Amino acid sequence: MLIRAYEERLALMQQNNGVPGTCTSVGQEACAVGVLGALDSRDRIITNHRSAAHLLARGADPGRLMAEVLGRVDGYCGGHSGSLHVSARELGVVLTSTIVGGGLSLAPGVALAQKMGQGEEGGVVVVFFGDGAACEGILHESLNLAVQWQLPLLFVCENNQWQAYVHRLETMADDAIYRWACGHGLDTQRIDGNDSDLVLEAARQAVGAIRADGRPRFLELLTYRQRGHLEPDDLAYVDQVERQRWLKRDPIALMQARLKAEGLLQDKELRTIEEQIHRQTDTAQAFAEASPWPDPQKLLQHVYAG
Amino acid sequence: MSILNVEQAINQALQEEMHRDSRVMVMGEGVAKSRAALLASFGPQRVRNTPLAEAVISGTAVGAAATGLRPVVDLLFAPFLTYAMDALVNSAGKLRYLSGGQHEFPLVTLSMTGAGWCVGAQHNHNLEAMFVHAPGLKVVMPSTPADFKGLIKTAIRDNNPVLVFTDLSLLHASGEVPDETEFLVPLGKAAVSREGTDVTLVSYAKTVNICLESAKQLEEFGISAEVIDLRSLKPLDEETVLRSVRKTGRLVIVQEASGLCGMAAEIAALAVTRAFEALRAPVVRLTGPDAPAAASWVLEQATVPTAGKIVQAVREMLPHAAPVVRQQIVQPA
Repeated sequence: MLIRAYEERLALMQQNNGVPGTCTSVGQEACAVGVLGALDSRDRIITNHRSAAHLLARGADPGRLMAEVLGRVDGYCGGHSGSLHVSARELGVVLTSTIVGGGLSLAPGVALAQKMGQGEEGGVVVVFFGDGAACEGILHESLNLAVQWQLPLLFVCENNQWQAYVHRLETMADDAIYRWACGHGLDTQRIDGNDSDLVLEAARQAVGAIRADGRPRFLELLTYRQRGHLEPDDLAYVDQVERQRWLKRDPIALMQARLKAEGLLQDKELRTIEEQIHRQTDTAQAFAEASPWPDPQKLLQHVYAG
Repeated sequence: MSILNVEQAINQALQEEMHRDSRVMVMGEGVAKSRAALLASFGPQRVRNTPLAEAVISGTAVGAAATGLRPVVDLLFAPFLTYAMDALVNSAGKLRYLSGGQHEFPLVTLSMTGAGWCVGAQHNHNLEAMFVHAPGLKVVMPSTPADFKGLIKTAIRDNNPVLVFTDLSLLHASGEVPDETEFLVPLGKAAVSREGTDVTLVSYAKTVNICLESAKQLEEFGISAEVIDLRSLKPLDEETVLRSVRKTGRLVIVQEASGLCGMAAEIAALAVTRAFEALRAPVVRLTGPDAPAAASWVLEQATVPTAGKIVQAVREMLPHAAPVVRQQIVQPA
């Protein structure tokens, strides 16, 4: 709910205040919440341009994240990244690449360093990518190497149906990405990515198996990108019938309905949570907007390491 | 001091640095075979054969470098680097900056290029300037076995991605190489390979030797040529070049790579913008053509600047220089 509120707040700011556009993960929150729920502090994450859900589910501060999107010094990357390549080593979110498929090329190396004793004992590496990146050849290079070198790497494909402004069925010869992974001989699962309980369970199984034998696993999470590729977006190219079908399966609504049905969540409690998140988002926006711009005198800082 | 060829000097540098630091590892297509001595010394965890998949090999090196290892990746031939461009240019070169300095990428790539083996343009393409143009990357292209050893060792210890290009024709060239394990050649420091006063010849890699040969021939005309071996293309040792140009007032830059937007253009711009008052003749560039390298020996060699062309260019700059007449003293019978 925090992720949704954060991204909707940013979308509103983008419409009103000329804030740089973002690639939101609205509609895909259950994937992030479920997978990150299965990880602990030993584990490292590689994400992409659609990263807000992964970062917030990992415990990122919404104020610092928003400051980064606004290009301010208090952002996780001092404003150098903007929304597209936010990494936060303190959270184990290493190497975010916005080049579609870029993360897939880097992930085996992070997992190799882990395997060769450079991470915390038992740590697992998770790489998030979409159906668009799955159409890059690097997916197959990455899978092949991870299997052949027995790397502790979990591939998480968030199949959100959209590859920028093109529906995936226009571009993919096969409907299922997990089958491509199967061809490389690793354990794969395809599950409903809008059900956070199912995602959590599958991720726990996969992560547990990787910790036990050090070999890679693959999850294809079926989900839907509810907003456009890049904010703001009028969604004129979107099949409304398909969209309406997926909106009825909104991951947050699904979870709330289940919790209510099981008597674990009351309306009053939900309102309290909503108010709390609203305040948190207000605080984040105030923090981000108050954060200073970076100093142009320091333009060349961090190009090279000392 | 030992006499080693370039290939042996590279292997010695790798051997010493892997011994010194357990985080250093080597991977690439067939490295466990081509560098079997490393495999014997350090085992298959640290000397890894990879699939023929440059994009993921280089990406893996970048990911591993960011999280604690110091990989050396052998990509064989420079044109194969085009498959590795995303990892090297977009990731290794940019993600330190874009992350606000959170990451370091201590990695080295090795690749070969240059005329000499008749392998054609998909194995021989001098791409060094393309990587000089990419921020965050360092580029070296040595000419002597000692510099190969010293620069590769420094590159491995550097916390930035360093691309090392090896001219194919130099692989079996021998020279004196210091045995010391702490023999290091700094990045960004050119070598004055020969001192002179009338003209500065700036070059790197195999064409340094051609410049040295030209300098010898120019002596015959009473012309004293200074030869500068850049060694590092980025960082670039601007001061050594400028000091020489200010001394001689004449500059010829020689490279095998094609000329447009290349190192020679950069050096020419450097001289014109920062030592214009010292120049006594227009700057001359002698470069390869804007054409893919052919495999045929004759066509391939035609792309390499020759000593003859360098001598001719310098003589045109110094039209009054005449052949030195050696006096023959005829002894009476």
